Amino acid sequence: MSSELYRLHVNGVTREVRDAWVGESLLFVLRERLGLMGSKGACEQGECGSCSVLIDDELLCSCLVLAAGAVGQAIVTIEGVAPVGAPNDVQQAFVDCGAVQCGFCTPGLIMAAHALLERSSAPSEMEIREELSGNICRCTGYGRIIEAVQRVAVARRAVSEGDA
Amino acid sequence: MSATSVTVPRTLADALRMLADSPEAAVLAGGTDLMVEFNAGHLRATEVVVVNRIGELCSWQHNPDLGTLHIGAGVTYSEIEQSPIAGWVPALAQAARTVGSPQIRHAATIGGNVATCSPAGDGLPVLSALEAQVHLASASGERTLPFADFMIGPKRTALQPGELITGVTVPVFSGWQGYSKVGVRNAMVIAVASASLVVAPRDVRLALGSVGPVILRCEEAEALIAAEADFEARRVSAPVVERFAELARSAARPIDDHRSTAEYRRHAVGVLAGRLLRRAFPNE
Repeated sequence: MSSELYRLHVNGVTREVRDAWVGESLLFVLRERLGLMGSKGACEQGECGSCSVLIDDELLCSCLVLAAGAVGQAIVTIEGVAPVGAPNDVQQAFVDCGAVQCGFCTPGLIMAAHALLERSSAPSEMEIREELSGNICRCTGYGRIIEAVQRVAVARRAVSEGDA
Repeated sequence: MSATSVTVPRTLADALRMLADSPEAAVLAGGTDLMVEFNAGHLRATEVVVVNRIGELCSWQHNPDLGTLHIGAGVTYSEIEQSPIAGWVPALAQAARTVGSPQIRHAATIGGNVATCSPAGDGLPVLSALEAQVHLASASGERTLPFADFMIGPKRTALQPGELITGVTVPVFSGWQGYSKVGVRNAMVIAVASASLVVAPRDVRLALGSVGPVILRCEEAEALIAAEADFEARRVSAPVVERFAELARSAARPIDDHRSTAEYRRHAVGVLAGRLLRRAFPNE
């Protein structure tokens, strides 16, 4: 182990990574070096999506990102989506729709749903299924997850129409 | 993983200098193949050169006069599946859309797909059918190889130590082209068998993936269509479609592995070839 030091921009804060192997994945660094346990590690090969984060506004599997290669990029994890204890509308919709069972896949699915809803205000069911296709859930059968995303889209449109 | 240095060059010249100094360095683009190997401890590198933030490699140039599209090695599959690239090379966009998931396509680059050179790589049958040129550079110069000469075996390429893939050039045709694959899901699946058909002005090119050690071109099947199809009326008879599929099946050199049997792969690639031909020539 070398005593490398580099800085990552995570959830709006510059974090120092010390005493890390520079070959570690971003997922490993987030969890084991920075104590951000929201992103989950399961497959470590990009198959399951439970480690999904946003990097420069793009949804990526943090297990496939070399942490030391992400210097200078804006990283947003599930912890950065909303303050702890104050869920955003996507998180609340997952709760309200019963889209959370064991919860392991939930952070990754919230990140994927959040990325989709930031880009598209009225996604079709096909678009939702496509955007979430890289996130595996073994509990819910996906129906309630899709319902949660649709519910957020409808609520956000009602708000923006009310503003107009 | 036991890497001791990670460098993130911002120019091609810097990247080539680093690779000249450290020809054994691992080259990391989107990470969708290499990070899997690192995470599993299958591959160890002491130096990693990250090439996905080099502006020159992350752009494309369409040349309408030459009828070509140059795609930089760092262009991602999520860019390739969208306009404008999807309009110029629809088969490549179709292949891009079948790569992994949105997360994977945001990261995965065409240069990485070509570098890994798996027979199951989704972009590769299209590059073969388009007779793409692969551009390589090193500190001592540049060279360009036809895709068929670049891929020399399963995950084996003509790339030399110190060389970097800078991009591919493909022709922009107005005729029909497509890509199709078989796998267990619509998303997140590695091809069990795949095929790309490109209609060039007076002939067709058929390339098969996942059914041999390299991407296979089917010259007999191509010659059959050049002789038997009506290119103006987009017409081909049902017996010719069946013969075309049969020639694709016989060109395949599949193996049994954990993903499928050779027998199923041979059958499936014939179905794909016939289906693509019928889409290109919808009239009987």
